[in-house]
Amino acid sequence: MAVITPPTPSAADEADALWRRHTLLGRVLDFARRKPLGTAGLIIVLVFAVAGLSADWIAPFDPEENDFASMMVAPGLPHVLGTDQFGRDIFSRLVHGARTAMIVGFGAAVGGGLIGLVLGVTSAYFGGWFDLVLQRIFDILMAFPLIILALAVVSVFGTGVFNVVIAITIPLIPRCGRVVRASALAVREVPYVDAARALGFGHARIVLCHMVPNVLAPFLILLSAFVGQAILAEASLSYLGLGVQEPVAAWGLMLQGSAEDYATTAPWIAIFPGLAIVLTVLGASLFGDALRDAIDPKLRDR
Amino acid sequence: MSVRTGAGIALSLLTAFAFTPAGAEQPKQGGTLTYVIPADAPPSLDAHRETTYATIHTAAPYYSVLIRVPPDNPASTTEFVCDLCTEMPKPTDDGKTWTFKIRDNVKFHDGSKLTAKDVALSWQYIVKPPKGVVSARQSFYEMVDSVNATDDSTVVFKLKYATAAFLPALADPYAWIYKKEILEKDPHWYEKNIMGSGPFKLVKIEVGQSITGERNKDYYLKGRPYLDGIVGIFAEKQSVRTDALKADRASIEFRGLPPSARDQLTKELGDKIWVQDSDWNCGNILTPNHQKKPFDDVRVRKALALAIDQWKGAPALSKIANVRTVGGIVFPGSPLAATKEELQTMPGYWPDIEKSRAEAKKLLKEAGAEGLKFELLNRNVDQPYKFVGTWVIGEWKKIGLNVEQKVVPTGPWFSNMRAGTFDVAMEANCQSVVNPVLDTGKYLPHRVFPDNYGYYDDPKSVELYEAMQKETDPAKLRVAMRAYEKHTLDTEVHEIVLPYWYRIVMGRSYVKGWKISPSHYLNQDLANIWLDK
Repeated sequence: MAVITPPTPSAADEADALWRRHTLLGRVLDFARRKPLGTAGLIIVLVFAVAGLSADWIAPFDPEENDFASMMVAPGLPHVLGTDQFGRDIFSRLVHGARTAMIVGFGAAVGGGLIGLVLGVTSAYFGGWFDLVLQRIFDILMAFPLIILALAVVSVFGTGVFNVVIAITIPLIPRCGRVVRASALAVREVPYVDAARALGFGHARIVLCHMVPNVLAPFLILLSAFVGQAILAEASLSYLGLGVQEPVAAWGLMLQGSAEDYATTAPWIAIFPGLAIVLTVLGASLFGDALRDAIDPKLRDR
Repeated sequence: MSVRTGAGIALSLLTAFAFTPAGAEQPKQGGTLTYVIPADAPPSLDAHRETTYATIHTAAPYYSVLIRVPPDNPASTTEFVCDLCTEMPKPTDDGKTWTFKIRDNVKFHDGSKLTAKDVALSWQYIVKPPKGVVSARQSFYEMVDSVNATDDSTVVFKLKYATAAFLPALADPYAWIYKKEILEKDPHWYEKNIMGSGPFKLVKIEVGQSITGERNKDYYLKGRPYLDGIVGIFAEKQSVRTDALKADRASIEFRGLPPSARDQLTKELGDKIWVQDSDWNCGNILTPNHQKKPFDDVRVRKALALAIDQWKGAPALSKIANVRTVGGIVFPGSPLAATKEELQTMPGYWPDIEKSRAEAKKLLKEAGAEGLKFELLNRNVDQPYKFVGTWVIGEWKKIGLNVEQKVVPTGPWFSNMRAGTFDVAMEANCQSVVNPVLDTGKYLPHRVFPDNYGYYDDPKSVELYEAMQKETDPAKLRVAMRAYEKHTLDTEVHEIVLPYWYRIVMGRSYVKGWKISPSHYLNQDLANIWLDK
């Protein structure tokens, strides 16, 4: 009977594997090879983020300047994506809108995520009545769909970029806190936490230095998903007239009032901001899914 | 055919040609008109207390009024005709007494006879409502001393002073005539019920859904209404209304559609739809809060006006928003309105915009308000508030102002203005019958006219306005109006008047007999409408 022995990896293969595991570039390239869709998503988000950051240099026109001589001009030159009903250049408004989307998207995702992270870990660490009360508050907040809660918050605080960030941050806090708490409950029971307690470390040190780093994997996955959700929520609020206000460039605002009114006569007014929203949210979702697959040990090799 | 018959036919044809205006058609009886009402529901069914078209478009066909704008020429700003009266009276007692004879063939829909007593009591409730009763336009009738029925067919209005504002105020489309017996029993009954003497009788109302009426066979104008019935469908969303028109599920929308909807419907329906348009006795105005620095400084207020290029902006905006005509404080169609030349002498109307903006920058510099940053409070209504707001902010940016638009729903918009918690507010001055002497009351100080939110006190403004009230000579009245206008828009720049709204009404081509007016409150009894199908 023939004995089949597994092939022995060559030295070159082992060196390659080591390089992939232990260098940032190696990890990135490995991620790109194994998760092409996720990589494409990341690239899309990065393109819009860079466009937003460099909008002042990229945009050929002032995004807020009315030009009644160029109302609803079809895509072409010099307005590559056409103009809107006020004669404003759509490409310029799109890249400036990317800035608004990224400020709101990353601002709300990071803000909501970080607060949720700290509250979730703290809740798991202390347990008892603190955990009970905090989780019931989370239950209440999570009973409302994200957009409904954001609408309620905006109606209290008012419109504007900063208030929209707050409005979207608040519903994200319990969503992050709940998931992080679940991971933190397991971390709380591991011996090094007991050891830290035995050594007399303070609560803050244990939570921030010993527990938080160990729940970062689910946190990062959530964060990537939150970016897409926050951008979508910002676009929805602006579309409903409750987000940022004219003449500030924002994708949802560009859709608002134009989609219905000019759908047949000047469809480009709605198509391009719509596409930008779809691409960015899709990009963030694809990246988030790929990141989850890459970080989760159960899914890593699928 | 005998010679006599032939001559008879020839004579008939001749007569027909002689007495039928070119293009006029013989109205046809019958049919049901379905129209869309751009509201979810009226706040109540009592027009005396309400100020919205939602009430008018819902229930006006069921009521009569004393006098009104002529249904066949509702665009006239000076002509008024009888509805319940028999003929327009001439005033006596130096213009202080007006005696109206009431038709004797008018019946309420419950079969009872309408008399002068019903007319007098309805007007008494409008002019001087009893405690607990709201009359939204009570301030229009400051000049009225008393209203009395001297017999069953005579109503006498006695005025404190003669004024040109009285007759237009009397033609108010909200001044429905209610039944005396019901009003005396329960003055709030009409808030939830309909019972009038108009061309249509109520069949049913499902609030938020529809209202259905049938022809009033006892209507006092013989041969009217032409329609057998009417159905009003409540449809708040504009897309629902345009879709209803497109699919012929509704035949007309009376309030007004934006230019984009006009362009879309005319493109898709061609000659199956007609368009009527008119300047609207409504306009947005900018109100700087005089209590807040630096808007207490007339130089800053003047700079705000000087930055805006109305002459170029109005025609461009008319392609996308319901605004069109540049005007001063008086509706542009009125004989009392300023001419273009008169307007061009005031800030905000200068023909040379570069010169105007240079002056604005100079004034801002003098006032130490260069690069001023402030908030424009606006109402969360697209047409035309937000369109106009976006345009104005763009104009201000051209003189270096940094303005953020704060758009809020109607409730907070009013409460911000009433509390004085705003920098500059985008308001509207919307009136029904063109009555410049009363319409311009909006520009009086807040203590005199509570719906002014500029928070300034200005005895000179009140003095100029009061001089107008008691002037009956048209030429002198015009001079007085110019003085008041110049003081308001130039000397003090209490307000900045933006282009007047532009009303676009669309109906299916078979809907005939209805004519547009400068107000969506007027000419809504639908008695003259007929269907050509």
